[in-house]
Formats: sequence, structure tokens, C-alpha cells
Amino acid sequence: MLVPVSWLKDFVDIDAPVELLAERLTVAGLEVAHLKYIGVPQDSAPGVRMPRSDHLVWDREKLLLARIVEVKAHPNADRLVLALVDYGGERLEQCVTGATNLFRYKDAGPINPPIWSAFAMEGAEVWDGRSDKPKRMTLKGKELRGVYNKSMVCSEKELGISDEHEGVIVMEHEARYVAGAPLADVLGDVVLDIEFTPNLARCFSMIGVAREVAAILGVEMKYPSFDFVAEGDPIEDQVKIDIREPELNPRFTLALLRDTRVKASPFWLQRRLKLVGQRPRNNIVDVTNYLTFELGQPMHAFDYDKLVERAGGIPTIITRLPQAGEQLETLDDVLRDLGPETILVADTAGALSLGGVIGGGDSEISAATRNVLLEAAAWNNISIRKTIREQRVHTEASTRFSRGVHPSQSILGCQRGIELMRQLGGGAVAQSLLDAYPAPPQSPTVELSVERINRLLGMEVTIQQAAQVLRRLEFEVAIAGDIIRATAPDHRLDISADPVAGQHDLLEEIARIIGYDQIPDTIMADEMPPQRENAAVLIEERIRDILVAQGLYEVINYRFTSPQSEALLTPAGMESSLPAADYVEIANPAASERNALRHTLMINMLENAANNARYQQTQQVFEIGKVYLGGDELLPEEPLRLGIFLTGARNGAWWGGGSAEEMDFFDMKGVVERLLQALHIGNFALERGTHSSYHPGRSADLLVSGERIGSFGEIHPQVAARFKLAEAKALYGEFAVEPLIRRHQRLHAIEALPTTPAVLEDIALVVNADTPASEVEAVIRQAGGRLLKEAQLFDVYAGDQIPPGKKSLAYALTYQDESRTLTDKNAAKIRKKIIGAARHRLKAELRS
Amino acid sequence: MSDSIAEIRQDALAALQNVSEQEALSDWRSRYLGRRGAVGALFSGIGGLPPEERASFGQRVNALRQELSQAFDERESLIQSQLLARDLEEGEIDISLPAYPRRGGGLHPSTRTHREFQTIWADMGFQVYQSRDVEEDEFNFTLLNLPPHHPARDMQDTFYTKDPRVLLRTHTSPGQIRAMRELGDGGTKPIRVILPGMCYRQEQVTARSEIQFTQVEGLAIGRNIRMSDLKGAIAEFAKRMYSPDAKVRYRASYFPFTEPSMEVDVECFLCGGKGCRVCKYTGWLEIAGSGMVHPDVLRNGGYDPSVWSGFAFGMGPERITMLKHGIQDIRYFWGNDLRFLQQF
Repeated sequence: MLVPVSWLKDFVDIDAPVELLAERLTVAGLEVAHLKYIGVPQDSAPGVRMPRSDHLVWDREKLLLARIVEVKAHPNADRLVLALVDYGGERLEQCVTGATNLFRYKDAGPINPPIWSAFAMEGAEVWDGRSDKPKRMTLKGKELRGVYNKSMVCSEKELGISDEHEGVIVMEHEARYVAGAPLADVLGDVVLDIEFTPNLARCFSMIGVAREVAAILGVEMKYPSFDFVAEGDPIEDQVKIDIREPELNPRFTLALLRDTRVKASPFWLQRRLKLVGQRPRNNIVDVTNYLTFELGQPMHAFDYDKLVERAGGIPTIITRLPQAGEQLETLDDVLRDLGPETILVADTAGALSLGGVIGGGDSEISAATRNVLLEAAAWNNISIRKTIREQRVHTEASTRFSRGVHPSQSILGCQRGIELMRQLGGGAVAQSLLDAYPAPPQSPTVELSVERINRLLGMEVTIQQAAQVLRRLEFEVAIAGDIIRATAPDHRLDISADPVAGQHDLLEEIARIIGYDQIPDTIMADEMPPQRENAAVLIEERIRDILVAQGLYEVINYRFTSPQSEALLTPAGMESSLPAADYVEIANPAASERNALRHTLMINMLENAANNARYQQTQQVFEIGKVYLGGDELLPEEPLRLGIFLTGARNGAWWGGGSAEEMDFFDMKGVVERLLQALHIGNFALERGTHSSYHPGRSADLLVSGERIGSFGEIHPQVAARFKLAEAKALYGEFAVEPLIRRHQRLHAIEALPTTPAVLEDIALVVNADTPASEVEAVIRQAGGRLLKEAQLFDVYAGDQIPPGKKSLAYALTYQDESRTLTDKNAAKIRKKIIGAARHRLKAELRS
Repeated sequence: MSDSIAEIRQDALAALQNVSEQEALSDWRSRYLGRRGAVGALFSGIGGLPPEERASFGQRVNALRQELSQAFDERESLIQSQLLARDLEEGEIDISLPAYPRRGGGLHPSTRTHREFQTIWADMGFQVYQSRDVEEDEFNFTLLNLPPHHPARDMQDTFYTKDPRVLLRTHTSPGQIRAMRELGDGGTKPIRVILPGMCYRQEQVTARSEIQFTQVEGLAIGRNIRMSDLKGAIAEFAKRMYSPDAKVRYRASYFPFTEPSMEVDVECFLCGGKGCRVCKYTGWLEIAGSGMVHPDVLRNGGYDPSVWSGFAFGMGPERITMLKHGIQDIRYFWGNDLRFLQQF
């Protein structure tokens, strides 16, 4: 909300620099997002930093308040006039101006009643009114169509007040005006832009902010007068109220003004409305808007005669829920279908307005209106919120009512509103107000001990201090021993009636008004809960480190995808191996391709890979993240998965030689095995892959202690092609993380370093081409027994030198006995056993 | 015979001066010091001398042998050092040639920041509690003092699932309720946890806002947890996360699940509080929302709020990461462009 400091000062004296005020408000919870300076210089306060403002500062010597005494025709131009101005100098100054709003005074003699404007002397700096972009200019004397001119009367745009440049500023006479006074003292201002959190509904007005300022600065509030002159016939005989839903409409108050005149509002009122971003309309409507901003009580004015006409007699205002199919055309020219929960203001002829939100067109104030019925009501904020949501309409009224306006305010609004209308438009106010108040809320009283204040804030506050803060906020406070009994003021709805919650409400008020900076920083003295580190998190982080150490980068993806996208992961005509669970579908997705939560990390990782492929041929990445598997329960399962993606060159190309070999299945296998090794998970096995997203001959399923925890391998060529990853081998693996965490060996014994030498030898076995290498190795290891420490495959050969249908596997073997030095004879014995077993079990031949 | 000693000495030393190769040096040694060399011949001749001369002659030949051996050693070490110098000179390479490209890996910047958070808070006794992403409306809102139609629900644009009771958590705070219920043992045990995790909001994706982001929630529950403890803990965090003399500002604020509530600002570490574009010339950066746990929330977690109290805070690691590394666009985080990730 925009808060002009000049308006605020109607209700509270402010001596501090505005910048300091802004900082104090901000730390007390009323966040001042921006300060707009009008004519006055930016001030500074110690420790407060503000963005530098580049506004126009009005020269106190050269920009002055002046009275326009007379307007004369320009001798040579029809579209210019000569304004004779009294700026407090010895003689009147003549300004040439094209301001259309002065033409009505042309050659009409001395102006009476007097009008006032902003006068700029030669040398004054103003904004260039004719420039589209902000451009400063300094006034210089020059001939304008044959008349020398060196000063001017200013438009709002030229002063930086608004974009208004149709005419010059014209202000009605006020007793305090003195010709030649610095303009900055009259129209200079600073406008605070304050953002209110939902608990600050009470602050949505000048008086609301002023109360906070008064409490923060420790000064008195100056309330406006709520007295009104009522000389007309009693209102009771002229209108009735019928509240049908007191829960939704706890109060409805009416005032009536007869024989008034609808016209433009005076300058001061228009100016204030413009400062808060409102467009002035006429004196009646402007007063309703004015009170919305001054008091925070939105109001509505009806043309009383139209209501009489509709009722065919004395009107009855009815607040009620709509009938089925009921419609209303509102002031914004929208014909609205009314939902069953929309509270309406109606009469016997039908709906008049959406209560607390927007008026209807039928009964609005027009230039011809003579008799005005003024409404101020209270509405249930949740009901208003529903209406806003349903009707998609936001007004200054709905903004306030949806946050909550205390019902106590409506009578104040009526009193002040009807009096202002009478003063501006004349007429007679009907005696007394019509006030239906079926459901007055109870003001909660909270008991709070000083011991509890100190215990929860960790700060020494005396009971007097606490009571003083609450009194400054207009609580009614009684002290009994060390207990404060505080009753909330009748403009607040945010104090809880719950005894403990109410205490916290008061604690917040005490703490923020004294200042959070006054609370010390302490180290928790409370009992420390037992420290149990989260083992799952530690191992998850360990997995990340193991993969990073292998040269992989971690990615983190959107958890969103779409079932259509994930369907791309299964080749045409095949049954998907992805989880068969239900998708968690988003009712209001950000985009159609993100309308569900993922079942696999594969989808986003392949999309990443496709994106990155535009810049990088080699990619080695992993992700650890949740997938979301819906089922019969209300909430889905959210298991953690590890995804790994590799593609591109195994080794980097280099000027020193070495060819860039392409990564393949075995690189992925290496990453997986290294991971398991580093986690000390020894009991694992691979089986030929069964997952449909992979190349069936170049993929594997991983089993840990017999439990199938994932698959890896080359992405199926058809799938790879869909993601434009067919250029190089795309290698992927995805694994359940929970079994890795569960099977990870926290403790593992190391092997002592051998003190005896090892015997090394190579052996090449020729076996059938379809014998898996793992089987050959298993036979070797079993036959080699305890003394065979290492059997490393170093060559695989198939070709001319061996029979067709066969392959040769060459192993480097290491024999060692920790207790003695092996002789050649010992080694030959082991070798013989290995060869024998290979012959017997694999039909293998020793390659000569 | 004496003449021959002097002669051999002179010849040998002169010849040694001209030796500059290892091979010639070996030849010289066999010629003079070898078994059949000149010195050896002198020893062989001792037998033919009169007995009274033998001893003194033998001594002089021995002296010659020692002198030549020493000269040999000196010459050899000279030649070797010359050889080494030549080898080193010839072994020079162009060190400006490109390195062999070692392949690194790296953690996602978000993970790095989360680890920093976890370390700092663990030192203050806060352990990690992990909660769920897909939440019940009740946990995300109602139990946190945000009943249906509460105005504060407008502060968060929520992703709902097809089941209106279920949504994607908009903040890590629902984990507070789960942690209290799981760890509090019916409201009888103190708690100190942090709850890191992904949160989701239905927003326009721009350089400054994302539909998913991580948060770290902190929660301390005890019989004597004070607002001053919250300030102390956050000040300690700021000192470790930002700088040892980080200044902190506290502003009153509003969160339905805490009261009193406060926003925490740290003095902008980019401009030292003087005011810059990043801190919007205010000198402050917002780092946390926090407050004393609201009595209703304590009750919903199983605690009696007239006996137990607590504080909670929520922080946004992405923002901190962006500030620390000058990242201008939040979309980098989940975009996973390797050119971005490789810079960490």
C-alpha cells in the first residue's frame, strides 16, 4: 500500500527522518519496499542505507506557492494565455502558458475565490513536460509568440508528482497558503510503499499505519473527528436493513445524505487519492475511496432515489446468499453468475452488489444523484476470499475484507464518511445511523506472566515495560502481581482467544515493538537431544563422493515429467520394464510435459544428455534422487534411485598420442563395480539384462545378495535414437539406493600385507566362444584355491590362430602363500590343477 | 728405475688430461692401473732390484698408484657430471605444450551448499531428518496453522495432485510435524533437526524463480528454548556461512507456523553493506525466515505448548549459492548444462 507521509502526519507527529521511519517500520514487520520522493531531498539516518533516488528536488527559492490573480488573453496566440501570478514578490509575474484549465478565467477579471498553483522562477529546474522520457530542464527567459517569458506555472508532470500534463496545478484556497512559500513545504512529500503480511490486516490504512508508527516511536495517536452534523429526518423511516446471514455479514451500517451535489472533489482530496494510486471520480465516490485508505473501512454509496424507485417505496437493504441462477452486472460491466456462497447486498428487486467486493451498476452514483445512501459493513473474510477466487475480481475493498476488517470500524466509517460528503457536496444528513449488528465479536483477553515473557524471549523485560508496549498498541492492560491481563483493541482480529496462542500473539507485539535487536544472542542451554547421525544420509553422500572420484558430475533434475515422455523409454511393441505404479499426476501443471512426477531418473537424464550433446561429446554424470510410485495409499512411495549416464570418449584425445576410444558397456560396468567395491559390498552378481530400455545383448541386471537392485548397459538403439543419442554408445544404469545403504559394510577387515614373494605367471585358455568370461574366471579361482591371489584377464582373442568357434582368454595369475615362499614346484602344482579343472569343466585347451 | 716412475707419472697424468669419454677413461685405467698396466709392470720389476732398494721402491710405486687412482676418480666424476649436464640439457621439453586432460568430476553446487549447511548445523547438534516430497494438504498447511482459506495460503502457489488432499510440499515445514511425531515420543523428548529437501511452487519459471527449489528447515524443541537461542544459532550460522564478522539484522515478519516470527538479513557480503545491485542498495541480504514454533503447531506435533517451546527456521540454499558464485539465473540449477556443472 502507498502511504504518503503527509497523510500519515494527520494522525501522528513524526520528527524522525523518513528514512529512519522506514527502517523502524521495516524491522517492526511493516516492510517498506520503496520510498518515492516528491520534491523534497532524500535525507539520511545513521546505519540506514537506501537506494539513491534520482527524483527532482524542488529548489526552495525558485519553486514557490503562488496565487493566480488573473488570466489574460495572449495578444498573438489563441492557444496561449497570460497568467498573472502573485508569488510573494514586489510585483505580479506574468507567465505565458498553454494550460487549458486556465482558459475559463481568460479576461474574466480578478479570480475569486482565489486559486493557487506552483510557480517556477527563471533558473528553476523542472521536468520537461513535453518530453516522453524523463528529461530535466532549467527555465530560461525567451519570447513566446512575441511575449517575453521567464517563469511558469507548473503541471504535475513538470514537478514529478504524476504524469498529468493536461493543465497546470490548480488548488482551491486554503487559509494556510502564503504566496511565495517554498512549494516543497506545501506539496513536497515522501510516499512509502509498504508490503503487509497477512497478519497485518489492521494496517491497511493511514490510521492503521499511524497506530504502528505511534507505538514504535512512542508518541500519541491523533484520531480524526467522527462527529457528524445530522439535521435531516431520522433514517429509520427512510430505509430498512435485513441481514439474513449474520455469520457472513456481522454488521451493516447505513447513513443517508439528502440534497447534496455531485461534482469534482477539491484538490486536496484528489491529490491524496492520486498519491495512493486511485483515480478521482466525484466527491461522493471519492469519499468512499478516501475512507477505505484513511480508516481501512471500505464503503459503498448508493443513489438513494434509484433504490426507492426499485422498491417502489421505502427500500430494504437485504444481505443474503444468491438464488439459483442469479446474476449481477457489476461496476466493471461484467455480468456475473453468482455461486451459492457469494454474499450479496440486495433489495426487494434483486441483487445490488457483491458484498465487500464490488458494487452493481444499477444503483451507482451519477452526476444527477441528489440523495446518497452510504454503506459501511463488515464481512466474513473467508467468504470474501471465496468470492474473489470464484469471480476473479480484486478491488481495494476485497483486498481489505479478505484479510479481515473489524466490525467495530463500520460505524466510524459511516460517521466520518457522511460528514465529509456533507462538507464537500452540501445537503442534510439524516438523523442517526441505521446500524444492524447481529454478531459483535468478543475482544479476547490474554493473561501473560512476566516469567513466561522472559523465558520465551530470553530477554529481561519488566512487567511495566511489557504493559507499556501493549498500551501503546491500544490494548487494555491490567497488572496483577506478575501477570498481565491484556484485552485486544477493537480494531484487531489477530489476537487469539486460545490462552497459549494468545500469549504468543502478545509476545510478538512486545518483542517487535521493543525491537528484536534488543534480544540477546544466546547459546542453547536446553537439554541436547541424543546425537544420532543419519546413516542413510552419510552413505548417500559417500556414494556421491565415490562417483565424483571416478570423474562423474552430479546432476539434479526436475522431478516432473509426463507419462508420455517416459513412454519413450520403451521400444515400440515391447512391454515396459519401468515401474508399473500409478503416476502422481499434477492437477495444475506448469506445462503439459511436466504433468506428473517421474517413475525413473532415466527420462530426465537422457533429456539432459541430448541437450549437453550439442556442446560435449563426452558426458559422465550421475543423479541421486527420488522417484514417485503411486499405489493404494494416499501418498506415493518415494524411493531413492541412483542414475548413471556415460557417453563419448574413454580417454581424452591428446597431442602426445593415444586414440580416443569410445566408452562401452565395460566402462559402465567398471563404474558400478568400483562403487560396490568402495561400499564394501562383495556379494553381488550380474545377470544378462532383462530391462526393455536397454540393448538386450549389452546390458546386465545387478543383484546384490541375490536382490535385483537395478540394470545397466547400452541404451536400446531405438530409445537412443528418440533422444538423438544414437551417434555414440549411450550407457545408462539405474539402481535402488536403499539396498546399497542397507548392504553397505560399515566395518570390514583388511588383509595383512604379505611378507613372502609372489609367483607370477600367465596362462591362456582356449574355450568355446559362448563361454562367459565370468565362468572361466570362476573355474580358475576355484581350482587355484587359497594360494591363487589374483587372476586378471589381459587378452581376449578369436581368429586365425585358434579353431573357429573358439576364443582364447589370457590371464595373469598371482600365486602367493603368506606363510612360506612358494617354489617353482609348488607353482607348477597349482597351475596343473587350474589347467585340469579348465579342461574338465570348460573343455578348455591350453593355448600353446 | 726411479726415472721410469717419474716418466710413467708424467705420461699418465698428461694422458688423463686428454681423456673426456668414459670409454677412453677405462682404457687409461687398464693402461696404467690395470693388472698388466704400467704401474703393475713396476711392481713386477721389484723382484729384480737389490734387496735394500726394494722397500723404498715399492713405497714409491704404491704412492704413484694412489696418486693415479685419485686422479682417475676425479677425472671420472668430472666426466660424469659433464655427461649429466649434457643429458639434462638434451632432456629439455616445451613445458608450454597442453597438459594431458585429466578428467575430473564434481558435486552439484546445490549438494555442495547443502553439505555446508549440514556441517554447520551438525556442530550445533542438529541432525538431518528427511521428510517426504508429496504431502498431504493437512501436513503442508492445516497442521501448520494454515487452515483452508487462510490468507497466508495465497503466499504460496501450490501444485496439487489429482487428489485434492495431496500436494507437492511448498516448503520443508510439513517435516516439522512429521519429525515431532516421530522423534518426540509423544511430546516428551527434545528435538534438534534440520530438514533439507526439494520444494515445489506453481510459479512462472524465470531467471529468479523456479518451480522446484531446495530448502533447509531447522527445528529445535525443548523445555527451555528461547527466542534468544534462535538469534544465537542463526548468528553462529551466518558467521560460518558468510564471514566471521557477519552482521545480522532481524525483522518482524509473519509465518502462520511461528510466533513471534522474524526474517533474518545478513549484511551484504558482496559490497560489505555499502549497497550494491545484488542487495538492491539496502546493504542487506535476506537469508532466513524464522520464529518461535506456534503453540498450535507444537500441539499438532504432540507437545504441550505451555511446557515445551521451540524455534524453527527455513533457508534457501540456491539463493546462497547464487550469491556466492555470482549465478544470475536460477534456471542453471536444474538445467544440468555440463558447462555450468564443470565450473564447480
